[in-house]
Amino acid sequence: MSNKKPSKEHEEYLINLKKKNRNIFLTQISILILGLLLWEVAAHFKWIDTFLTSYPSQIWKLFLTYIKHGNLFYHVGISVMETIIGFLGGTLLGVIIAIGLWWSDFWAKVLDPYLVMLNSLPKTALAPIIIIWVGAGYSGIIVTAITVSIVVTIMNMFESFISVDNDQIKLLNTFGATKLQILQKIIIPSSIPTLINTLKINIGLSWVGVIVGEFLVSKAGIGYLIVYGGQVFKLDIVMMSIFILAVISVFMYKAISILENKFRKW
Amino acid sequence: MKPLVEINGIGMTYHSLKGETEAIKDINLNISKGEIVGIVGPSGCGKSTLLSIIAGLITPSKGNVLINGKQVSKSNSNIGYMFQKDQLLEWRNILENVVLGLEIQRKLTPEVYDNAKAMLHSYGLGEFISSYPRQLSGGMRQRVALIRTLLLEPELLLLDEPFSALDYQTRLAIADEIGIILKKEQKTGLLITHDIAEAISLSDRVVILSNRPATIKEIVDIKLTCPIGKETPLGCREAPEFRHYFNKIWKELDIHV
Repeated sequence: MSNKKPSKEHEEYLINLKKKNRNIFLTQISILILGLLLWEVAAHFKWIDTFLTSYPSQIWKLFLTYIKHGNLFYHVGISVMETIIGFLGGTLLGVIIAIGLWWSDFWAKVLDPYLVMLNSLPKTALAPIIIIWVGAGYSGIIVTAITVSIVVTIMNMFESFISVDNDQIKLLNTFGATKLQILQKIIIPSSIPTLINTLKINIGLSWVGVIVGEFLVSKAGIGYLIVYGGQVFKLDIVMMSIFILAVISVFMYKAISILENKFRKW
Repeated sequence: MKPLVEINGIGMTYHSLKGETEAIKDINLNISKGEIVGIVGPSGCGKSTLLSIIAGLITPSKGNVLINGKQVSKSNSNIGYMFQKDQLLEWRNILENVVLGLEIQRKLTPEVYDNAKAMLHSYGLGEFISSYPRQLSGGMRQRVALIRTLLLEPELLLLDEPFSALDYQTRLAIADEIGIILKKEQKTGLLITHDIAEAISLSDRVVILSNRPATIKEIVDIKLTCPIGKETPLGCREAPEFRHYFNKIWKELDIHV
């Protein structure tokens, strides 16, 4: 990059690029606003059955009442707490197990068919058993969330560990490195990009575990609100919960992207 | 004088489900201090296996390798190894990359860093100390890899086709530069290459290996009368004997396509 004044062409290029990006953003926002507007108008003129679909202003009003009466933050807080613990637990345990498999070629081969089987099994099918075994409270829900994300974590991380360039390991061996040093200096750092991708996947998976767990047993949480809303046919509660879920998920995803930028300095 | 490296009757056999493959058979070679020995041979003849054995990374089926009279093993690492690719770690900056070997050997001291910085400066990489590998060109990266190797002050340098991943012009320049450095620092080296001209210009002796199982077919002593004022590996390619050596090695290699 040069310090001299950019040419006219370059300035035009930059302006065009800015324009293009702004157009993309404006279109994105317009789609959201138009969609909501259309929904509201359709409800107002009774083109759609508001009993089944609810409508934005009603959902907004409900949202405000839930905030005023205090229990919205309680529900959201519980679900977020369960998700974060499940997410951290699943990722951490998954990475530790993957390291174990990398360390022992024997166990990696022994456990391979079991992992393949567990990976294709829909983990949510295990939720009822887990909840009976672990308990019908937060702990059952958290363990469900862990179960959903742990297998993918193990498989992704192990795959990344063993795909490290053999010559890099050989290089460290010529320095006389121990296996632990190879793990610390090569295997783990070169798997950071995979870890970050796994984190992004696990955020979504942990929410699946938490919501399914809450469907089954909880007395609080966003999953509980959704089930409750469905049972009493108040679909505006369901809709509101889904909006809240969407917003929180985006924030969590963003948080990981920030983490990614911090880690990937090279 | 006792040679620095003694390779005594090395043989190597690999076992796999399909059977056993004899990769190397009865190789004997002595290397004196300060000597650079080139190894050429047909593709897949077991050259890299030989280097791994000399580095102590694999135990041979037969024979042994002594450096200064001591048998090599993985833990007594007084060997520098350069690979085809530079193997710089992308997540470490240049300074962190060159001190990697000493870091592994737990010999990191402030002097090591000063030493590393001085070396990077003297090889024209001073302004890249805190850059990351992806910001450097292929030739610069290979120079960083050389500094990483030299910082360990190895008694023996093993060069496993270290220039073959570079484009032709860079390859000539870097081979020349590294050749000069090795001579100046009086390093002992074993250079594997496919490039006959490179082997002749850089080595004091060229060992020609046969097809698998690899045995020593012939050892050619290289004595070039380099043009005055051009006594570098690149300049020595203009020596009158160069063509003669080239033809001799080419014939010995006996390559049929």
